[in-house]
Amino acid sequence: MRNVTLKLRGLEKSFGQNHVLKGIDLELRSGEVTALMGANGAGKSTLVKVLCGYHFADAGEIELAGAPFSPTDAADAIAKGVVTVHQSIDDGVIPDLDVATNLTLDRLTEPGVGFFVNDGRLRRQAREVAESMGLTMDVRMRVADLDVADRQMIAIARAMARSPKLLILDEPTSSLSSSEAERLFALIDRLRDEGVAILYISHRMSDIRRVADRIVSMRDGAISGLFETEPLDYVGAVNAMLGHQMTEVDIDPVAGGEPVLRVENLKLFEDSRDISFEAREGEVVAFTGLLGSGKTRLAEIIYGLAEPHGGRLLLDGKDYRPKGAGDAVQKGVFMSPKDRSVNAVVPDFDIANNMTLPFLRAFSGFSFLNDRMQRRACDGMIDKIGVVCQSNADDINTLSGGNQQKVMIGRWLLKASRILLLDEPFQGVDIGARRDIGHYIRQTAKGRTTLVFVAEIDEALEIADRIIVLNEAAIAGEYLNRDIDLNSLVADVSGPGERLALAG
Amino acid sequence: MKNNDALDFAIRYGFLILLGGLAVFFSLYASGFASPRSAVFILQSVAITGILALGVTCTLVVGGFDLSIGSVATSALMLSAYTMVILEQSAFVAVALCLLMGALVGLVNGLLIVKMRVPDLLATLGMMFLLIGLQRIPTQGNSIATGMSLADGSVAEGTFSAAFLWLGRHRFDLFLDRLVPVPVVVFLLIAVLIWLFLGYTRHGRLMYAIGSNERAAGLVGTNVHRYKVVAYMISGMLASVGGILLAARLGRGDIASGNNLLLDSVAAALIGFAVLGAARPNAFGTAAGALFVGILLQGLTMMNAPYYMQDFVKGAVLVAALVFTFYLSSRRGGRRTA
Repeated sequence: MRNVTLKLRGLEKSFGQNHVLKGIDLELRSGEVTALMGANGAGKSTLVKVLCGYHFADAGEIELAGAPFSPTDAADAIAKGVVTVHQSIDDGVIPDLDVATNLTLDRLTEPGVGFFVNDGRLRRQAREVAESMGLTMDVRMRVADLDVADRQMIAIARAMARSPKLLILDEPTSSLSSSEAERLFALIDRLRDEGVAILYISHRMSDIRRVADRIVSMRDGAISGLFETEPLDYVGAVNAMLGHQMTEVDIDPVAGGEPVLRVENLKLFEDSRDISFEAREGEVVAFTGLLGSGKTRLAEIIYGLAEPHGGRLLLDGKDYRPKGAGDAVQKGVFMSPKDRSVNAVVPDFDIANNMTLPFLRAFSGFSFLNDRMQRRACDGMIDKIGVVCQSNADDINTLSGGNQQKVMIGRWLLKASRILLLDEPFQGVDIGARRDIGHYIRQTAKGRTTLVFVAEIDEALEIADRIIVLNEAAIAGEYLNRDIDLNSLVADVSGPGERLALAG
Repeated sequence: MKNNDALDFAIRYGFLILLGGLAVFFSLYASGFASPRSAVFILQSVAITGILALGVTCTLVVGGFDLSIGSVATSALMLSAYTMVILEQSAFVAVALCLLMGALVGLVNGLLIVKMRVPDLLATLGMMFLLIGLQRIPTQGNSIATGMSLADGSVAEGTFSAAFLWLGRHRFDLFLDRLVPVPVVVFLLIAVLIWLFLGYTRHGRLMYAIGSNERAAGLVGTNVHRYKVVAYMISGMLASVGGILLAARLGRGDIASGNNLLLDSVAAALIGFAVLGAARPNAFGTAAGALFVGILLQGLTMMNAPYYMQDFVKGAVLVAALVFTFYLSSRRGGRRTA
């Protein structure tokens, strides 16, 4: 029996009204890699932040190696043996300094270190650390000149210099290529053999298959599944993480008319497989898949923001090669991007100006804006899509998330389109607004093809006529939205390998 | 709620009330302040600064900043003098060359920023240095005036043409004889044009959208790069208009003129943030900000305040306006659109 390194009992955390962690019980053991899975907002990052000292838990106990553990801040957590390597690598290293300084930086802040830096000794120490980790680069190189994988290794090596009891890796492979990731996995294997407890957070099934000894799934701030018997039940883990309840929305799928968009042998990334599909007039197609499955990339390619690595697009039977967002809009291809506060909302503008932003040309004569026309069009859309506000002159930031999103989607429904792309249209949107938006999109779906990109299966089931599952930038399955076999759908989401295993 | 309304009122009209208050105060206590001639004098003193400030306003709107305006203006000053005095060309050629130079500098600034991804402050700072140096090279660092001796031993024969000097020195009749100088008319005209352009055209609206959320503006199909470059070109051209008017007033290519132009015009544009509680760059505010500084300095001068207090006063006004904009407006919460 392995030693329990970290024990959580009834851990709770709220931010205001928002109950993020609802009583987490979990044990992490030394020499074991525990994969933590969960959709956006499941509470993974909050859990990590409690463990590494950014947040205090509201209730519950944490024990580290048998002793109570309640870090006062991030430095305290590290000193006590919980070290975290965050998703963004450059948070973990100082790019402008050399490898030696990076590896020994934490020692410079220790009390009792002299005023002057002894470079020779630092380098000697750094070389020891590097060798113990199997790193071979020259410690005098600038970190900024190293490749991503090496930088990642340095970040982990820095963490390991503190000889931690628990190492938390947050999406460590998100910017690594597959060969770079393999080096990381080799390092993880080594650390496991040395008896470190590792909490590995990832969405990539291939990573989890490679390194995980056990899987914990989180959903809505609670542990929804724990899988530790060999062979690990990967489908069960994805299922527990997505946890679809049957939706009440009743959809009668339409087959659609003529194909509007035809995608032929499209390669989303350099080393990904081809995808081909058709989207027909009047139909709503949902693309679903885990984070990093290529959904956003596909939307960006159709909207002209990214170049495909091969293949072609046909719009209404004609070659379609948008040069950018402006060109796409001109050709009748509209996109509502994900992360509205970063990508869509203009915070200085009121509702009317936010909504009419893409079509200002239509609302102006000789370049001069017709304010009354703008506001009339906006009022019409506010009524139709159901934005709750005082008037169209309200500041956009006075609206709730759901209402803001209605404005952002309504923006693209002011004019007729051939293709409407909606990337995560229900992000940060309450259930009521989600129904309103979904309903209105289906209601207006005639005369265009609508492509919706969502990670949550529920959302796809609520809005689509047809669901296409993406996995690692390839099509893993396709379903007509009627009596869907959800187990098969979830299996496709978690990977084509699983589907074969199920079939066999 | 009542308290909030009062705060709202103060933020919205406080600055304009202060402006009016200052005018009344000086009218009462500085003899001769309240006269048409004095009013025109104030306008004349702020006209060139104001024109430059309107240009920098355009770059502020797209979320940028143009530090090179002062040196563009002095370059235009030297270029116009060089064209007429040494190359012996007409006023028309001089003006055309200056405007072209301003547009070109703006284009280079814009391309440095959008294509080379140099941060705007650094790109325009570099351009400022470059122009300060460049404008001295053709004359070996000397000022340009008719009769100056040239490097090859000859004497410069050209003169500032009357048509060119008219731009700086002619005064139109308005109720009184020879009351309104040309630069004031140009300033007011440009102010109205920029005000209409930024506030009431779709191009202006898109520029504000870029300044507020560049990604969002780009994702609705706006050509962000083109608008940014155009903003810097407007800024460069307006700066060279300022330089032309300065040259026409001075009547010589004075190497030492225009030192204060950059700081004064940036100050006017920033003070403009506080006008009408806009909390962002706007043409009306910029013009009002320039006027505010002008009135204050004129009034203080007429009350015998020493000239060396001027920069201190401008600085104090600027700091007060910035507090107004950033502290009070943030307390009020949301903002409104133009």
